[in-house]
Amino acid sequence: MLRYTLLRIVGAIPTLLLVIVLAFLMVHAAPGGPFDDERALPPEIEANIAAAYHLDEPLPKQLLRYMGGLLQGDLGPSYRYRDYSVNELIGVGFPYSLRIGASAMALALLVGVGAGTIAALRQGTLLDRVVMGFSMIGISIPVLVVAPVLVLLLAVKLHWLPAGWSETGGLRHYLLPVITLALPQIAYIARLTRASMIDVLSRDFIRTAYAQGLGTATVVRVHALKPAMLPVLSYMGPAIAAILTGSVVVEEIFGIPGLGQFFIGGALNRDYTLVLGIVVFYATLIIALNLLVDILYGVIDPRVRYR
Amino acid sequence: MSGNRTIKVTGTLLLLITVMALVGPWINPNDYMTMDLDRILRSPSAAGMHWFGTDGLGRDLFVRTMHGIRVTMLVAIVASLVSLVIGVAYGAIAGFVGGRVDAVMMRLVDTLYALPFIFFVILLMVAFERNFLLIFVAIGAINWLDMARIVRGQTLSLREREFVEAARLTGVSAARIIFRHIAPNLMGIVIVYVTLTIPQAILVESFLSFLGLGVQEPQTSLGALVDAGVNQMERAAFTLLIPATLLAAILMCFNFLGDGLRDYFDARHSQ
Amino acid sequence: MSLLDVTGLTIRYGDDTVVAGVDLYVERGESVGLVGESGSGKSQSALAILGLLPKNARVEGSIEFDGQQILGESEESLNTIRARRIGMVFQDPMQALNPYLRIGAQLEQIILSHGLAERDEARRRATEMLAKVGLPDPERQSRAYPHQLSGGMRQRVMLASALIAEPDLLIADEPTTALDVTVQAQILDLLEDIRDNTALLLITHDLGVVAGYCEHMIVLERGRVVDAGPTTSLFAAPGHAHTRTLIAAAPRVDRGGAPAPVSASTILSVGDAAVDYDELHAVIDVSFAVRKGETVAVVGESGSGKSSLVRAVLGLVPMAAGRVVYSGETLDGPVETRSLGGRRDLQLVFQDPVSALNPQMRVQTIVEESLLVHEPALGAAERRASVVAMLEKVGLEEKFLRRFPHELSGGQAQRVAIARALILDPKILICDEAVAALDGTVRAQVLDLLRGVQQESGLSIIFISHDLAVVRSISHRVLVMYMGRLVEAADNERLFARPAHPYTQALIKSVPVPDPVVAPGRAPLLGEVPSLLNPPSGCVFHPRCPRADAACSDTTPALRDLGGTRVACHHPGD
Ligand SMILES: Nc1ncnc2c1ncn2[C@@H]1O[C@H](COP(=O)(O)OP(=O)(O)OP(=O)(O)O)[C@@H](O)[C@H]1O
Ligand code: SF4
Ligand SMILES: [Mg+2]
Repeated sequence: MLRYTLLRIVGAIPTLLLVIVLAFLMVHAAPGGPFDDERALPPEIEANIAAAYHLDEPLPKQLLRYMGGLLQGDLGPSYRYRDYSVNELIGVGFPYSLRIGASAMALALLVGVGAGTIAALRQGTLLDRVVMGFSMIGISIPVLVVAPVLVLLLAVKLHWLPAGWSETGGLRHYLLPVITLALPQIAYIARLTRASMIDVLSRDFIRTAYAQGLGTATVVRVHALKPAMLPVLSYMGPAIAAILTGSVVVEEIFGIPGLGQFFIGGALNRDYTLVLGIVVFYATLIIALNLLVDILYGVIDPRVRYR
Repeated sequence: MSGNRTIKVTGTLLLLITVMALVGPWINPNDYMTMDLDRILRSPSAAGMHWFGTDGLGRDLFVRTMHGIRVTMLVAIVASLVSLVIGVAYGAIAGFVGGRVDAVMMRLVDTLYALPFIFFVILLMVAFERNFLLIFVAIGAINWLDMARIVRGQTLSLREREFVEAARLTGVSAARIIFRHIAPNLMGIVIVYVTLTIPQAILVESFLSFLGLGVQEPQTSLGALVDAGVNQMERAAFTLLIPATLLAAILMCFNFLGDGLRDYFDARHSQ
Repeated sequence: MSLLDVTGLTIRYGDDTVVAGVDLYVERGESVGLVGESGSGKSQSALAILGLLPKNARVEGSIEFDGQQILGESEESLNTIRARRIGMVFQDPMQALNPYLRIGAQLEQIILSHGLAERDEARRRATEMLAKVGLPDPERQSRAYPHQLSGGMRQRVMLASALIAEPDLLIADEPTTALDVTVQAQILDLLEDIRDNTALLLITHDLGVVAGYCEHMIVLERGRVVDAGPTTSLFAAPGHAHTRTLIAAAPRVDRGGAPAPVSASTILSVGDAAVDYDELHAVIDVSFAVRKGETVAVVGESGSGKSSLVRAVLGLVPMAAGRVVYSGETLDGPVETRSLGGRRDLQLVFQDPVSALNPQMRVQTIVEESLLVHEPALGAAERRASVVAMLEKVGLEEKFLRRFPHELSGGQAQRVAIARALILDPKILICDEAVAALDGTVRAQVLDLLRGVQQESGLSIIFISHDLAVVRSISHRVLVMYMGRLVEAADNERLFARPAHPYTQALIKSVPVPDPVVAPGRAPLLGEVPSLLNPPSGCVFHPRCPRADAACSDTTPALRDLGGTRVACHHPGD
């Protein structure tokens, strides 16, 4: 198990390097610099700025400098918010994104796995069809439709929940964004759980368990749940990416000052260090979480672990 | 719903929507870009043939929506074809050649999987000024990974199947093995995944348009229309609801169609 | 009152009646064999007894267990019977044990679920049971996962799980079919030793197993009982034509027809062949020759390298060393680089007819494909004509031309595969377990077909099989392989009558004879085949060999001539 874990960790390093280099090159290949629209700067000032941000150095050197900073956890200064470092900006935005993202993921797992399991055990019944129908709808309707429609319905028309964002609003303000973000994931996880649970329940060893006189609840709990969760676990990587993507939309619609907003703002303003920093940060996060998923997979499936 | 009926119902619906998008602007006297500040945010009505009403700039929403569907579908289909070509070629080569080549190629796919692609796409869109063509490429570039994995897995297992060995033994050419023995057995799963890639491409396109990074005015797409609708929804809910409903309906049809096709091919396989 | 009394059991799926009015009973302590070909309803009947049929099955009739009607009982009351009164063993222990759970935990769960003991006591009993079924070091092994055990050990665990709650009846559905023959003998021994007074309902397609281990037998054909009674009297005087057919179709390892004399001209010779898969040596230094018109059988347990050997000869896997000479021409390199003539003359028939046929092609396309390569001058009509003629030869009518593989039965599919191999009129046909997936009666027909073709055209056949009884009935010469080595090679008659290698002797002794008069002996071999990645020193057979001495674990015996047989053993003999 230790060997397996170490192998996984070592395997993740090249991925991370690739991401950083790719993002760095893309940002630097982009035409137009951050200071282009501050017209008519005297050339010497422009040169000063360039020197201050090391833009006058050759690209490989800049890359090395950037990597050096990363090793110390430093993502560099922001081009736009002159007085802030990228680290500080991420520190401001990320807590919001983390709160809605993590809550949405937890909600999705809880409801999705529960609904999927019940549907699988009641396969072919009305309940099953209702759950599956709803989840197909949930998969098909994008966040950018769900979010505004829910706002329109629950906030604008019915006034049940607040529509906008306020720093002091408390939990009520999180409800709508989290539900919106979780819905498609709930739907997807429910379908995945159902399919894999049905598959596992049809395997020979489940028949053995029934032949041993274990009740349905025991069979599911002791024999079926673990293997049935494997596909769901595999989906966690894509799910995390989907939630990050979705949170950009959700933050935009609900006006939450999260990292997604910083990213879009940074992209539109050509604040390249900020954009680069956020990409690197998210990529690291995704890779780390994928790593965790991989390791968990090994914990559940002995055949993977002992290979 | 049985697989076959799902295929028929969703297939027909998609056909209807497509025909409507193609013919609609042609039978309606309005066009998609003429602004008229005298008719801002009119509700849907037969008057002036504004069947879906007008937008904040007084443009006819029916024609704009039809244009939006065209753009959305076009982007999605082209992007899916891009991902189909890359994914099938990549997956088939990895699976057919096998061994070390396969290991390296799949390692690359795994690595790419771990990237927060959408952020790279946003970066691209911003850096390269929202080039329409780039949208296709970007979306196709995101979606080929799944296809490659599936095709590779399938090819690998087909290559090991005994009927392929029998063909190799008697001297059937590699080309004939690929086209007569492997390709026909891949067809089902490829069709299913193309069908399921289309809604994913639509999602990415609408996401980009929603953020203002997709097609540019006065061109439009369903995502862009939803974005515009969100800004007007408190005054004119229909500007949101109409494109949102159509977008959801199209996505749902493709997803159900993909599911139905999968059931159909599964059933055929296990006969 | 019988322990189990089933009357008029009928099972339907929609309009399909898969079991039609089956009567069967099992007395306390006795063993009953339920035999029949595949699809005859054996497993369905067994599952019905425990209420384990899928939900869409409709079941009628009566199932009385110990005087109590259990058909239609609730899950709760069935759960008091399952495991505690009736234990069940399934065919493939790899599939039937939970791969995600330690085997000890799987046993403990049974005790806990039935409230037979608390956790510590449950653990103790589980370990005790594992010891009883012969698992070495049960304390430690109870923490193993199924995939870490060998096939035989897994089936022992399965048996332990069926017996741990001390049931009155044990139902075993093909408990040894997935195992090698020497391991099968061990498991059957264990079953006999361990069940004490537990009655046994043994489901099998193997008449040898029934003849050796069951007091009563019941014969099923297409969902109906056609014959039932004491095993000895049914074998002596079958009541029904189907029983007679089954017995006639079951080959015997203890008797064989005298092999036909063969011409002396060698057509294929293989010298010092070796096959490696990375670190693993699958075939080591195997030499043999095939003469024109003869059938050479290659036998051995799973993993002995039979398939690797012939696949290397054909160029489907790379040969690490050695040479192949066919009719004076050296064959080497992958099959793609070989001359078309050589490829034409060596053809292969696979084990699983279903995966050997492209599901997207019609029978005609499948059979004629090689003609496109080798007879490009033929027109479509001529090709069709030769396909029709070929199909007729293997016993299929013209109407099969347009069929897809999924529209064929197993036997028909294997005939199509044979037709595909024979259409080029090859000189050597290699059959890799070509009859293993077929039912006894169909198998007999396919074997007849092969014999017929051979007599007609002087075809040479390399016949790979794990089934010694079949080998005895079809081959002229036999090669015995163990862990990639050739351990004995001799004429059919000599090999079966006077085997010289201890492994060959054990192998032959392990095969159950379909005749209750021949009492089965104890399993002649202990243990299982060691891992090829870590082969024993000296003679690889020494850890299992009853005759092994110090020299055996030291030096590898070379193959040497011993008057009519070639043997690799320091102490050969009868
Ligand atoms: N779930 C099911 N639905 C419909 N038919 C079924 C189902 N399960 C089994 N059958 C059919 O029931 C018949 C009897 O099957 P059963 O498994 O009892 O045969 P068997 O004698 O055990 O054969 P084998 O030796 O191949 O194991 C077969 O024709 C089979 O196709
Ligand atoms: S060489 Fe020794 S160990 Fe090997 S088979 Fe002969 S007697 Fe047994
Ligand atoms: Mg069976």
